[in-house]
Amino acid sequence: MNIYVLMKRTFDTEEKIVIEDGRIDDEGAEYIINPYDEYAIEEAIQLRDEHDGEVTVVTIGGEDAEKQLRTALAMGADKAVLINTEDDVEESDQYTTVKVLEAFFEDKDVDIILAGNVAIDQASGQVGPRLAEYLDIPYVTTITNLEIDGDTAHIERDVEGDVEKVDAPVPLLVTCQQGLNEPRYPSLPGIMKAKKKPLEELEIDDLDVDEEDVEAKTKTIEIFLPPEKEAGRVLEGEIDDQVKELVNLLRNDAKVI
Amino acid sequence: MSKKIVVFGEVRDGELRNVSFEAVAAARKISEDGEIVAAIFGNEGLEEAANEMIYYGADRAVTVQDEKLETYTSEGYAQAALAVIENEDPEGIVMGHTAAGKDLTPKLASKLESGLISDVTDIEVTGDNVVFTRPIYSGKAFEKKIVTDGIIFATIRPNNISALDRDDSRSGDVSSKEVDIKDLRTVIKDVLRKTTDGVDLSEAKVIVSGGRGVKSKEGFEPLQELADVLGGAIGASRGACDADYCDYSLQIGQTGKVVTPDLYIACGISGAIQHLAGMSNSKIIVAINKDPEANIFNVADYGIVGDLFEVVPKLTEEIKNLKVNA
Repeated sequence: MNIYVLMKRTFDTEEKIVIEDGRIDDEGAEYIINPYDEYAIEEAIQLRDEHDGEVTVVTIGGEDAEKQLRTALAMGADKAVLINTEDDVEESDQYTTVKVLEAFFEDKDVDIILAGNVAIDQASGQVGPRLAEYLDIPYVTTITNLEIDGDTAHIERDVEGDVEKVDAPVPLLVTCQQGLNEPRYPSLPGIMKAKKKPLEELEIDDLDVDEEDVEAKTKTIEIFLPPEKEAGRVLEGEIDDQVKELVNLLRNDAKVI
Repeated sequence: MSKKIVVFGEVRDGELRNVSFEAVAAARKISEDGEIVAAIFGNEGLEEAANEMIYYGADRAVTVQDEKLETYTSEGYAQAALAVIENEDPEGIVMGHTAAGKDLTPKLASKLESGLISDVTDIEVTGDNVVFTRPIYSGKAFEKKIVTDGIIFATIRPNNISALDRDDSRSGDVSSKEVDIKDLRTVIKDVLRKTTDGVDLSEAKVIVSGGRGVKSKEGFEPLQELADVLGGAIGASRGACDADYCDYSLQIGQTGKVVTPDLYIACGISGAIQHLAGMSNSKIIVAINKDPEANIFNVADYGIVGDLFEVVPKLTEEIKNLKVNA
């Protein structure tokens, strides 16, 4: 099976956001593999172990993304591809990302593409379904279980808390939801092996794409922090009185009940 | 400049979701007095839903009826949606940022070769630009975005843009459009209902949420009772989900759902930064925790330091009494 994973590197969930000159300051920030993409990598490795084949992890970004790609290789992926757009693309959005990926996948023989259902930074959740559309393959989002039987994928997906059971033909694209699996930590031998695994670096020229072809359709004009939430009142007295006071406050001051 | 906007209404359990009405209100802002066309897909009750969209501010409505549209599928709905878009040739499209909205709109954006601004919480028109505000980093920050090329296409987060008042004296043309829905590659075999009362977390006005302090699956029962009297939904912190007290679908935080209800009651939740990212933009936050030093008190409007198993049932009783006397 030819298994591909779309990966994004994101800020660690512990990071606070600091804005400097209208941009998010990444000085000293810790980066991780987007947590939802970890489910995708884990699922890809399990699929390969069951059905044979090869897992290729693909990311778009700068040089720094190599670290997260090596982590994916250390988890057990076979190959990694870094599409380096750092020097060529100034403004990008999901349209840009998907156009680049479309060009990358043009000559690939794909059985399944796995992605996170959302990235915890931009959180648009667009890239997976958009790419599937360009590649003309079906997609299933927010999956929590996956079995591939011949040419059919039996899938369970999370739909706002309900479970939908779906059958879809292979090749297809899926986006992964929490609960799909328990992503493994890279083992020490895994980390050693990862250093020797192939990591290919491409630029958009190599994909036969011009900057104009991938020009963003949207633009961020401002980034700001939400107003700091101030600590409110901690009530005092007997619990019974506190509860009465709370209900009174919610009813008459906040007007939410 | 006035613009024509298509709004996709979404029917769940036979009723239009509130976010569909909010989408009409959003479309009104974007349209600057242009025409709002509601689109409703399904197999029955379409005309009623179409009129409902008009009561909430749409000027007219288009329905597409087909048995293949009984349940949402990306392929079925995309065929209907594209037929309507092709026919109407709108300058903008709005839909709720729901499971179906998230699943459908990127596919349409690819078909239309357009941009798409997802999960919008505010819209303002300044000069020639429609400016969309949306959270990034799960609400740790926000960005303002504009569309620079092509159709203005956005999904809106439930509970953020107020729906207009329902006015059933409004009327508008409701037309049905024939679309030959072709065979679907993905087939829904079954749906297992896990949500009990149909109150979805992302749309709930009230959320009662439990953390490690809930201690067990059974520990969620008093929270459920409180949620029931408030007509709210149950949520959880990652700690509670990891400890297997509840399903991952309830998780609120940077991984999990991001919610903005009117009232968020955090029970036995310490308030890790990942959790705060998912809920700190709620309108009113109540924290109930044994530990007076818990970080959750730093974002709470009202706090009670105490054992949730004592406080929560009392709170439920008190609210019940209030509702009886009201």
